[in-house]
Amino acid sequence: MNLDLTPDELAFQAEVRAWLRANVPAEPLPSMDTAEGWTLHQDWEAKLAAERYSVVSWPREVGGREASLVEWVIFEEEYYRAGAPGRVSQNGIFLLAPIIFDHGTPEQQARFLPSMATGEKIWAQAWSEPEAGSDLASLRSTATRDEARAGWVLNGQKTWSSRATYAHWGFGLFRSDPDSAKHAGLTYFLFPLDARGVTVRPIAQLDGEAGFAEIFFDDVFVPDADVLGAPGDGWRVAMSTAGNERGLSLRSPGRFCAAADRLVELWKDRGSEHPEAWTGVVDAWIAAQAYRLFTWGTVTRLADGGEMGAAGSINKVFWSELDIALHETGLDLLGADAELLDTPWMDGYVFALSGPIYAGTNEIQRNIIAERILGLPREPKGAQR
Amino acid sequence: MKFELTDEQVGFGSALTALMRSGDSVAVARTWASGDMTPGLALWSRLADQGVTALVASEEEGGLGGTLVDLAVAFEVLGHELAVGPWIESAALAPQVEGELVTAAVPGISQYAADAQVARLLSGAPGATHASIDTTRTLTVVNGAAECDAVAVDRAVLACSAELLGAGERVLADSVAYVKQRKQFGREIGSYQAIKHQLADVRIALDFARPLVFGAALGEVPVSAAKVCVSDAAYLAARTGLQVHGAIGYTAEFDLSLWLNRIRALVVAWGTPAYHRGRVLTHLTSTALVG
Repeated sequence: MNLDLTPDELAFQAEVRAWLRANVPAEPLPSMDTAEGWTLHQDWEAKLAAERYSVVSWPREVGGREASLVEWVIFEEEYYRAGAPGRVSQNGIFLLAPIIFDHGTPEQQARFLPSMATGEKIWAQAWSEPEAGSDLASLRSTATRDEARAGWVLNGQKTWSSRATYAHWGFGLFRSDPDSAKHAGLTYFLFPLDARGVTVRPIAQLDGEAGFAEIFFDDVFVPDADVLGAPGDGWRVAMSTAGNERGLSLRSPGRFCAAADRLVELWKDRGSEHPEAWTGVVDAWIAAQAYRLFTWGTVTRLADGGEMGAAGSINKVFWSELDIALHETGLDLLGADAELLDTPWMDGYVFALSGPIYAGTNEIQRNIIAERILGLPREPKGAQR
Repeated sequence: MKFELTDEQVGFGSALTALMRSGDSVAVARTWASGDMTPGLALWSRLADQGVTALVASEEEGGLGGTLVDLAVAFEVLGHELAVGPWIESAALAPQVEGELVTAAVPGISQYAADAQVARLLSGAPGATHASIDTTRTLTVVNGAAECDAVAVDRAVLACSAELLGAGERVLADSVAYVKQRKQFGREIGSYQAIKHQLADVRIALDFARPLVFGAALGEVPVSAAKVCVSDAAYLAARTGLQVHGAIGYTAEFDLSLWLNRIRALVVAWGTPAYHRGRVLTHLTSTALVG
């Protein structure tokens, strides 16, 4: 058992650190959920991509460096420690790209991955519907076969679609077999958000910014070339995304270690004004360290050929609750300034509040942990529609 | 970078588990609590023969020269199987190559000497002996206890942390087994979300305490961070375990009580969580941050 990095890994770490030190904007960028901030975040993605830092773990031919899992964790640690901007391309590169690598055709990989890597095309997820949230498989948006045009016609409504206000493309599940129920008969589609029949309506979030949106589909045509995986196989295809979102890739330990270190710095600055917050500082730092070490255990297991599986749910509950606790403690240390709207701690706090809800609520995660890891009996199904 | 136990370490843990189960360690613990130490001392000898007390003593001193990770592996098993006797003192604080039972009070962190009725006191003179909430332990006042080397104390804290990890895992496993067979309102209580979510939270807490215990063994984090986190996790396991068992869990007769009281004792032994939070704060404010 050891946590030592190899000379190559140490060299990679030094290179990343030096580049970030020279290139990370001195001032934080405006929120990516504003028109101005959106453009600046896209520019930042292009700058990362020019040095192959936007998708370090991807193959070289689609913009990556073929970094190992260990190097990916190193990159993320350095990235967040450097205070670099949030990743506007996150939904695409972390949630959709793994699916395109696993289930996409070579043509789809060549068409979609490079522009995702450069940030030229930003992707929005379109999972939830007004009546299909935690119970995602009950979704009702339809895909109707159009044999003449060799494609599908989408109708319905998606909601809580992160980044959809400004994004270029969307991905999501539609019911392609009207006689099917639940998980069967769903198909995974990719679609441009400026396609004829698509209407995007921004939704103001808790802090007033339009970080997510509703998407309405009114006879939207999608060619066969933009179906991901086989028609009817969408649930299986999509669930590999869910595992990624919940698990390792969405929330790297670097985020929380960097935030915990900033919390300790805040404590050193203002702790004497609010000494009662000290246990929160200590507990947040300990939890961030636990997350860092837990991740190294996960990386070891994955490198040995293991799978994330239901363990991703354990990860997700922990990081989402840690993120809130960390920022609550930061706000505690600000005293009356904790009410101010535009502070990094408030921004982080408001963002953290969504963590226990998205990517599968923490209640769904606890069900998964109880049933698939602890082996407790499944709950009897409620009355079926 | 390989943050997992070696096959040898896994094998060592399994061998200790098998030895303790074949020695009926839970029955031994009950006998010990009733005042008859004979079976407990016999089991102690068998474990000492496997090298538990000599594990981290250097080879020059006649020990096994094992690592702190090895020590944590052993103490997780001792917690899981409810070992009795002053193991923390005899295998971690002051490793005994001959398997002797020793105990100590350490000023500032461990006010009482555990199990002094069966162990040689390393320093000072014994005073009054008190009962512990854990009936398998006794607590003896020590007059004139000597200061102790900080490295040795940290080793004891690590051992205590690993023992808590094992005890917490045991309570979770027994609780999961119980809620799968206990039926109310016509179905297993483990099928209700009210039960599932509590036990899922215990699984999460223990899964994140474990890497801190082994990370502390590697020197990645202060051992106090591990003690804080694993105390919280094991205590959550104990509280939840008691709750999902209901009244049967509240009885002395049911074996669960042995672990509940062991956890309560170890949470405060070798420094309370508040004490160790204070040590972590000192670490954070006095050192450059890493990690």
